[in-house]
Amino acid sequence: MSDYRDELIKKLDREIRRWERETLPKSLKRFPERMDRFTTLSGIEVKRFYTPLDIKDFNYFERLGLPGEYPFTRGIHSTMYRGRLWTMRMFSGFGTAEDTNRRLKFLVAHGETGLSLAFDYPTLLGIDSDDPLAHGEVGVTGVAVDTLKDMEIIFDGINLGEVTTNMTINPPAPILYSMYLAVAEKQGVPMDRVGGTTQNDPLKEFIAQKSYIFPPEAAVKIAMDLVEYSVKHTPKWNPISISGYHIREAGSTAVQELAFTIADGIAYVRHLIERGLDVDSFAPRLSFFFDAHINFFEEIAKFRAARRMWAKIMKEWFNAKKERSLWMRFHTQTAGVSLTAQQPFNNIVRTAIEALAAVLGGTQSLHTNALDEPFRVPSEFAAKVALRTQQIIAYETGVADVVDPLAGSYYVEWLTDKVEEEAWKYIDRIERMGGMIEAVRKGYPQKELTEASYRYQREVEEGIRKIVGVNIFVEEEDEEIRNVPLLDIDPIETEERQKARLKEIKRSRDNARVESALNNLRSAARRGENIIPYVLEAVKVYATEGEIMNVLKEVYGVWTEPIIY
Amino acid sequence: MFGMTTTVTKRYKVLVAKLGLDGHDRGAKVVARALKDAGFEVIYTGIRQTPEQVVEAAIQEDVDVIGVSILSGAHMTLMARLMELLKEYGADDIPVFLGGTIPIPDLPKLYEMGIRDIFLPGTSLNTIIEKVFEAAKERRSKSRY
Repeated sequence: MSDYRDELIKKLDREIRRWERETLPKSLKRFPERMDRFTTLSGIEVKRFYTPLDIKDFNYFERLGLPGEYPFTRGIHSTMYRGRLWTMRMFSGFGTAEDTNRRLKFLVAHGETGLSLAFDYPTLLGIDSDDPLAHGEVGVTGVAVDTLKDMEIIFDGINLGEVTTNMTINPPAPILYSMYLAVAEKQGVPMDRVGGTTQNDPLKEFIAQKSYIFPPEAAVKIAMDLVEYSVKHTPKWNPISISGYHIREAGSTAVQELAFTIADGIAYVRHLIERGLDVDSFAPRLSFFFDAHINFFEEIAKFRAARRMWAKIMKEWFNAKKERSLWMRFHTQTAGVSLTAQQPFNNIVRTAIEALAAVLGGTQSLHTNALDEPFRVPSEFAAKVALRTQQIIAYETGVADVVDPLAGSYYVEWLTDKVEEEAWKYIDRIERMGGMIEAVRKGYPQKELTEASYRYQREVEEGIRKIVGVNIFVEEEDEEIRNVPLLDIDPIETEERQKARLKEIKRSRDNARVESALNNLRSAARRGENIIPYVLEAVKVYATEGEIMNVLKEVYGVWTEPIIY
Repeated sequence: MFGMTTTVTKRYKVLVAKLGLDGHDRGAKVVARALKDAGFEVIYTGIRQTPEQVVEAAIQEDVDVIGVSILSGAHMTLMARLMELLKEYGADDIPVFLGGTIPIPDLPKLYEMGIRDIFLPGTSLNTIIEKVFEAAKERRSKSRY
């Protein structure tokens, strides 16, 4: 066998040199290549074609293994989508709780299989709708949540024992998690049956998404309180979704997205171990979230490399013993940043290609962006087309019928190795800085992103990166951009409705109980205790999100970002 | 480097501001950097600025141009307030540019507020640099008399 392989390698080497002398020059003369250098979106140079020569030291069992087995390159489950399709989870929310309740029911009626809540900016930052800072932002990019009442309405008629819900929420994650549990309790669903995800990933907030509140160390402490509480009381909940998505959208390369996300994950694992938790008690509940960008093969390589890297880290660095501790389970969203305002219907095609990459990369759940998202949160029509895109991939194309179908492609395996190799270099650098919390404080990943996004924009300007409708095939009279139907929302009316409800809650609740719950939270936070039980107590008596956040800000302080551009 | 074939000899001053609560600072930073590379003096406010803070910074720094970036959808409310404040402080001679995810139907109302130009997603950096340069030059030539 190995003689045969050596023979093949030798022959290939000879044959390629011959091909370069005899065949190639003729082609180049007739059809000069379109570019001097072909690179992936992350700047990795790719060759004309790949052969066994490019992966000549490839050890199948070391690099790939079998599906559902270490190092999980081929997927975390042995039958993958033959057994169960990925969860079709559409990120949605706008206006008030009633508007969002209707949208969730609409999506479920059209075949959505998991829920995902988008909150407005005031909610993301822990600001109540009646705060002057919230003016103009209430219910615009997501649903407004001030108290438990809003969450009760959002999930009215939706059984929390039967669906799982992702909540994209970070500094206020303990509050929204507690509200969700409180709604479940009112519905009679026990805690150990409640399933879903809180994003709750503070480090990427400093790197990319910028909805930070607390300083890095406090932010990590609070987030890990949630992880610690959740693994004990809500075993089906994913208390954290370690996110590369926002890092990528803020301008990183695929390699940086992968490396920074894993480095964030390492920081959390270390923190939890230092708290005295056994790695196998929490590792199976860590989940991840990646971007599916437009450079097709590079994305697939990234997903495959991600699983392999995480499994190795958990096994070799942290001595995890349970198989599930080695699994990198991830959600994927197609790249919002790849969508164009120009000729917006083309966005359906971009999203379909990106979604296909996510599926070929073995994602556990998927959100597909809507064509109108360069302008506003999606209309019902646009959201439905995006959901249908996933259903077409799942039920018509046959790509879900074979596990990891691109394995063994010389190119895909070479690229998977290459992406992994480059990502390790970043991880090594961050380790030498003392880990991600320290790197974030120094502004290292922030600076890397600024550089990468500027480099990319220059490449677009110079025409090296081509975008249909933006720098090629531009239409002076773009009919579509004017005719695309947008969701009709009236932010002023929404804000008034929301403020009226909040006022009514503040009037009708037992304010003495609110006061005492907030005081208990304050003392617990000061003592350095896990804050979750106290947050839970506060939300149940209808303390507002802003009131709870203000207590936490008082104790933990707030973060001011060093300005880097 | 970008665009400007003429060197910007006078160091025109530009305030790049992230107005509102959203943290999408990629565009603002890329534009700030491009303007700096083209020879402008650039002040970048960082994220989560209120209209009051932006106007105060613009007046204090005596800038020639204000460039605002909003991707939270709150542009109608926030820009109306910003333009109103500029007028109130007698600083409405400072040209204001807006960039971000702005739906087409909102454009006429935004122009009515007195915004000089709106850069939709996909606008080239060269276009931005040229328009900012022209606006800054115009303002200086007017204020001389």
